[in-house]
Amino acid sequence: MTASTFAPLSNRQTAAAGSGVGGPDTFPKLLLEHAQLRPGRPANREKDYGIWQSWSWAEVAAEVEALACGLAAMGFRRGDKLAIIGDNRPRLYWAIAATQALGGIPVPIYQDSIADEMAFVLDHAEVRFAVAEDQEQVDKLVEIKERCPLLERVIFSDPRGMRHYDQHWLDDYAKVQERGRELARNEPGFFRGEIAKGQGSDTAIILYTSGTTGQPKGVVLSFDNIIITAKNAIEFEGLTDREEVLAYLPMAWIGEHIFSYAQAYCAGFCASCPESQATVMLDLRELGPTYFFAPPRIFETVLTQVMIRMEDAGWAKRRLFHFFLDFGRRVGPNILDRQRLPPLDRALYRIGEVLVYGPLKNTLGFSRIRIAYTAGEAIGPDLFTFYRSLGINLKQLYGMTESSVFLCIQRDGEAKPDTVGAPIKDVEIRIAEDGEVLFKSPGAFQCYYKNPEATAAAKRPDGWVHTGDSGFFDTDGQLKILDRARDVGRLQGGALFAPKFIENKLKFFPYIKEAVAFGDGRPFVAAFVNIDLEAVGDWAERRNLAYASYQELAAEEAVYDLVQGCIERVNRDLAAEPALAPSQIHRFLILHKELDADDGELTRTRKVRRRIIAERYQPLVEALYSGDAKGRIATEITFEDGRKGQMRAELAIRDIATDLPPAEPVPLMRAS
Amino acid sequence: MKQIGEPILTADRVTLAFGGVTALNEISFAIRRHEILAMIGPNGAGKTSMLNVINGFYHPQAGTITWKGATRRRMRPYHAAAQGIARTFQNVALFKGMTTLDNIMTGRLLQMRRNFLWQAIHFGPAEEEELAHRARVEQIIDFLEIQAIRKTPVGRLPYGLQKRVELGRALAMEPELLLLDEPMAGMNVEEKEDMCRFILDVNDEFGTTIALIEHDMGVVMDISDRVVVLDYGRKIADGPPDEVRTSPEVIAAYLGEEAGPHPNPNPRAVEGRGGG
Repeated sequence: MTASTFAPLSNRQTAAAGSGVGGPDTFPKLLLEHAQLRPGRPANREKDYGIWQSWSWAEVAAEVEALACGLAAMGFRRGDKLAIIGDNRPRLYWAIAATQALGGIPVPIYQDSIADEMAFVLDHAEVRFAVAEDQEQVDKLVEIKERCPLLERVIFSDPRGMRHYDQHWLDDYAKVQERGRELARNEPGFFRGEIAKGQGSDTAIILYTSGTTGQPKGVVLSFDNIIITAKNAIEFEGLTDREEVLAYLPMAWIGEHIFSYAQAYCAGFCASCPESQATVMLDLRELGPTYFFAPPRIFETVLTQVMIRMEDAGWAKRRLFHFFLDFGRRVGPNILDRQRLPPLDRALYRIGEVLVYGPLKNTLGFSRIRIAYTAGEAIGPDLFTFYRSLGINLKQLYGMTESSVFLCIQRDGEAKPDTVGAPIKDVEIRIAEDGEVLFKSPGAFQCYYKNPEATAAAKRPDGWVHTGDSGFFDTDGQLKILDRARDVGRLQGGALFAPKFIENKLKFFPYIKEAVAFGDGRPFVAAFVNIDLEAVGDWAERRNLAYASYQELAAEEAVYDLVQGCIERVNRDLAAEPALAPSQIHRFLILHKELDADDGELTRTRKVRRRIIAERYQPLVEALYSGDAKGRIATEITFEDGRKGQMRAELAIRDIATDLPPAEPVPLMRAS
Repeated sequence: MKQIGEPILTADRVTLAFGGVTALNEISFAIRRHEILAMIGPNGAGKTSMLNVINGFYHPQAGTITWKGATRRRMRPYHAAAQGIARTFQNVALFKGMTTLDNIMTGRLLQMRRNFLWQAIHFGPAEEEELAHRARVEQIIDFLEIQAIRKTPVGRLPYGLQKRVELGRALAMEPELLLLDEPMAGMNVEEKEDMCRFILDVNDEFGTTIALIEHDMGVVMDISDRVVVLDYGRKIADGPPDEVRTSPEVIAAYLGEEAGPHPNPNPRAVEGRGGG
C-alpha cells in the first residue's frame, strides 16, 4: 500500500479530469497511465482461498506486460484474434489488455457455450489463440480443435487436472508469462513500443451477440467507440477512481465489458472478481460495491430471498419490517427524487433507516451503492420501487452491444419504473415513422464482422443506426421502449399496438405467469392469461378454495375475479398514457393449460411464440373477438413421457372496463 | 498412466464375529499403493465391518492387518488416524452445528502441535500454526468447490454437500489411505458425477490410496482399479472390474442363480438389491 491509498477526498479524480479529451486513446495506454498516476491503488481483486487478493495498477501493468510479451514470443502478430473463455478472473481481464497491447483483437466467448457454439465463433472470428480458464473449457476446445484449423495455441489459467494433457498446443498461463518476462528483460522497450503503435480508431474487441434468429453476429467496436461512450457515462454519473464494482456477469457480454473493464480503465477504479459463481451474493456483501449492475431477475431473486427469510422471523420483527416497508414505498422514492417531504415523514424515514433499511441493505451488500443500474429487460414497477424505497439509487438505462451500451440513462431524481431515461451526451435518438428507435452515437459499432448485409441493414448511409426496438418519448422527454419492432402492430383504429409491453405489465403481477396479447389489425386488444400455479394456488389455499389441477383452478370464478383486478390496474396505467390508451385490454380468458416449451408455445428461454399460439388457439382468438361469453377448444398436448393426447375445454371469456380513472398505487409485493 | 505400487495394507485371514454371527470369515486381500479399490457385496456382506477392522474400530478375533510393514492385531482408531488412515461414514458423521470450515479444521487436529493453552491464547506460534492449517483447509475447500458454504452450519446443508464436507474433513488429515463408506449413497446423478470426479482427482493429484464401498455398479466399474466382492463374510472375487463383472459367482450372489452369466449386469438391478 502506498501513500496514495490514503489521499484525502479532495484528491479524488474523475476520469474526465484525469485523462480528458486527448488523453490515452486505447486501454493499454490507459493502463500505463494508471500505473504511473496511481501505482498503489487496487486495480483488480479476486477472492481466492477465502481471502481477497489485490493487484495494484502497477502490478496489473507488470502482469499484462509479461503476458503480452509471452504471447509475442509465441508468435502473436498484430491483428490476430485471441479468444477468452471462462468465468470472471483477473487473469482473463489481463488477457484482454495484453491482446490489445499487441494490436490484437480479443474475442470473449460465453463460458457456458457448448462446444458447437464455441466452434462457430472461433471459426468465424478466425481465432488463432485462446485463453481458457480451466480444464472444463480446455476440454471443449480439445473436442473442437480438429474442426477449427485456424486455432493454433490454447493457454490455460488453472492447471488443476491438466497434468495428463500432452497436447503440444496447450500452454500454462504462468509459463507463458515467464517467457514473457524473459523477453521483456532482453527487449525492455518492446511492450511500450507495441502499445504506442495502437490508436483510437483500431478495433478494440469483437463481441458476439446471441441472436434470437440464426447464427450469432460479431459486433466490432473500436477503442474510440468504447472509450468515448464509457467516459461520457462516467462524467454523467460523476464516477471516480474510488468506485468498487463486482465483475460477475459473463465477460462476453457488452455490459460486463463496459462496467468492469472499460469504465474501470477509464476512471481508474477497481474491479473485483468473485470466488465462484456460487458465492456471488456472499462476495457482494463483503465487497459492498458503490456501482452495481444487474438484470431484473437478480433483483427479483434477492427480493424473494428477503421475503422468504422475513416470513421466518419473529412476530415483532415482521411487523416492524412490513410497517417500514410500506412506509418506505410511500416516501422513499420521493426522498431519492429530492422532493420536499413533511418533517415528520423525514424523521420516521430516518428511524426506518436505523431499524430496517440500513440493516437490510447491509445484509444484501447494498449499503454503499451510489448508482445501481438495471437493464436488459423490463423491470416490474413494484420491484423497482422496493429498491428505491430502501434508498438504493436504482436506475434504468438503454443500450445494446451495437451502441457500446450507453444511449439513455435516467438522471438522478428522475427514475421512473417504465422509462429508460433521456439520451446522454453526444447521443442523438430519433423515432422513425414506424416507431423504430434510431440512434447516432460515438459508440455506434463499426460493423458486424464479415456480415455486410446485416451491417447495411442496421447502419444506414445517413448515419442512423436502426435498433429494431420500438419506442417513443413520453411527456417528460424520457424514452419508453415498447417492444421489438417486428412484433409491433397497429389496431384497426391506427393506434400503435406493442404486445410485449402489455404482456410485461401483466406479468409483473405475481399471479400472472404468462400472457399473450392480440390486437394487430383487430378493433381492440384482448389477451390470453396463464396463472402462476404456485402463487394462485397459495392464494386459493388461504381462501379455502379447493382445486385438483391447473385446469380446475384456472376456471374458478374467483380466480377470474383476481386476474380481472390485475388487468383493470394495467388498463388504468395504459389509460394515463395517451399513446397507449387505445391498447387497453377489452377482453381476456384464462387458458386451460400452461404454455409449454415442449408444445412449441414458448422458446427454451421462455419467450412467447405468438404466431404459433395464435394458430393453435385460433378458435379461442376468434371467440375473443366475436363477443361470445365462452370459447371452445380441443388442443393436442405432449405429456412428460412424450406421448401425445387431446385436451378439450370450454373457457369463460370476460369483458373488462376500460378508461378507468388512475388508481392510488397499492403495494402488490406481499410475501405469500 | 498412474503407477500402482506395492501393497501398503494387507489383510491376512481376518475373522470377525459378533456372538454367533460371523461377519468376516478369513478374509485376505491387499490394498496397493495409489490404487482405487472398491469393495462390493450385498447388504450384510461385511463391507463396513471390514473398513471398521482396517481403521481399528473393530478388533478381529483372528487374522492380522499389516499397514506399511507393521503387523498388528489390535489398534485404536486414534492410532490409525495418526498413521495416515482417514475415513468417511455411511451415515454422515459431521458436527452438525459447526460450519463447513470448522468441520474440516477438525481434520487438522492431529497435526496441531501447540497445546490447548497455547491455542486458547492464540498468540505467536499458535497463531502461525493455525494460519498454516487454515491455508491447507482453504485449499481443500477450493479443491472440493465448496466455497459458497464455507460459513454455513453443516446441519443446514443438503445431504450431497454434507458428504462432500465429510470427504473434505478426511482429506484435511492428508491421509495415505482414504476409506470411503458409500460416498455416493442417496445422491442424484449429477452429485454422483461430481463425487466421482473428486475421488479420481484426489487419487490422481494427491496420490492418495482409496478403498471405497459402493453400491452403484456403474460408478464402481468406472472408477475403480480393482474390485473385491464379499458375500456373507466371505470373499468371492478379487480382481479388475472387467474380470469381476463376468465372474459367475459374483453374478450368482448379486442376481441369483437363474439370471445366469451376463456380460454387463444391469447396474440398476444390482443397486435394487444392494442399495439399502
